[in-house]
Amino acid sequence: MKYKSVFDIIGPIMIGPSSSHTAGAARIGRVARSLFGRKPKWAHISFYGSFAQTYKGHGTDVAIVGGLLDFDTFDERIKSSLEIAKQEGIDIIFRKEEAIPNHPNTARIRIGDEQGELELVGISIGGGKIEITELNGFELKLSGHHPAILVVHNDRYGTIASVANVLAKYAINIGHMEVSRKEKGKEALMTIEVDQNIDQSIIDELSSLPHIIQVTKIVD
Amino acid sequence: MFRNVAELVELAESQQMKIAEVMIRQEMEVTGRSREEIFAQMERNLQVMEQAVEKGLAGVSSHSGLTGGDAVLLQAYIQKGNFLSGETILDAVSKAVATNEVNAAMGTICATPTAGSAGVVPGTLFAIKEKLKPTREQMVEFLFTAGAFGFVIANNASISGAAGGCQAEVGSAAGMAAAALVEMAGGTPSQAAEAMAITLKNMLGLVCDPVAGLVEVPCVKRNAMGAANAMIAADMALAGVKSRIPCDEVIDAMFRIGQSMPLALKETAQGGLAATPTGRALEAKIFGVPLNERE
Repeated sequence: MKYKSVFDIIGPIMIGPSSSHTAGAARIGRVARSLFGRKPKWAHISFYGSFAQTYKGHGTDVAIVGGLLDFDTFDERIKSSLEIAKQEGIDIIFRKEEAIPNHPNTARIRIGDEQGELELVGISIGGGKIEITELNGFELKLSGHHPAILVVHNDRYGTIASVANVLAKYAINIGHMEVSRKEKGKEALMTIEVDQNIDQSIIDELSSLPHIIQVTKIVD
Repeated sequence: MFRNVAELVELAESQQMKIAEVMIRQEMEVTGRSREEIFAQMERNLQVMEQAVEKGLAGVSSHSGLTGGDAVLLQAYIQKGNFLSGETILDAVSKAVATNEVNAAMGTICATPTAGSAGVVPGTLFAIKEKLKPTREQMVEFLFTAGAFGFVIANNASISGAAGGCQAEVGSAAGMAAAALVEMAGGTPSQAAEAMAITLKNMLGLVCDPVAGLVEVPCVKRNAMGAANAMIAADMALAGVKSRIPCDEVIDAMFRIGQSMPLALKETAQGGLAATPTGRALEAKIFGVPLNERE
């Protein structure tokens, strides 16, 4: 079932006018910001489907930039996010794409600075609920409703077990987990949604395991 | 965990619980959070709804100028006492409009189940409040009941206008409101399900065709009628009227209608009212050039 909580239906508390095109867009932007871990210098945002057709009317552009600035769905600053981004020196380009996406409300975000880049695809499925369907070329499913960690690793035997062992040691329960790789033996990604919040010390311990390239925490 | 309306009603009736209680217990089980925590979060939602209604009744105007001020007109009309329908239903309509006018003005609202359909549930709740004088706790329960029915629709059909048209947004909201009204008025869980079925049947096929892609025209007035529809359906169910088509089958029909609806009528501002001469003219005025001619 896609919707698990009554607050997916009654909620979120948000700035209008659209839960899918405003609140959902803000959440997609905020996940990108959270994964990137810092304020980006630039952002390229592509809209597909209904997002492409109606983003100006719904404030989807304003909301997604609000998310990139780390604003929550009810943050009044969302309304002036484009000006705030400008003041903070973030270069933003919007693109309206013609391609027909799998889901009508789809956005692709590329953000970056001198140190790195991140690219993700998010869909807004209704009532403000979102899913992240792609990250840096990896397909994935991330509801954004539970704390999650993303582990980029080398595709070697035992790596998944070693990560699961560390989580078990700290009594952290895995609610959902997906593993994907681009090619056998190359870089791979573990997406792990958990029931408890994860301390930075555990993230550090995971990062020090063999074959682990990067561990990112996404707070609920 | 209930997967459909039949299971929800069965759970409530076999254990002699309110629908609201079934929803609260499921939320506790799924999230591991305490009853107090869950109840407090819903009470915050109720506060936001109340503030939005008050703000809208005081008068707001959207950035585009397309909407705002109708809630004020309606309240003034009610005060004069010379209306054709009824006071409670008009009050519900005005409060639904108030909420959506605030939403259109980029004010703070609580999505129920979406922002575009955020007026129906609070509109009916704050109107019936004047009549039934519920406790604050019962008002919070109203939202859990509405949420339980919305939960079934969201998981078995859709609550997104882009995916299922307006029937999935205002239609769902109206069905949720009707069911919650029945429960608050003392009806049975079965009657709540009947009310939702009757409401949703009368919202089937409703398209999502917002002028200029803004959540204003016709969204605000669709919330008004969604609230009116919910009130009448609740009264019908309380009178003992039943839907010949079971609620779950109505939800399924809504889903299939949404799937076969053309893209132009699913929140793309390409068809319906958005594509009328006046719709296009308004769009040109707001954005400088109509959406269908923009880069």
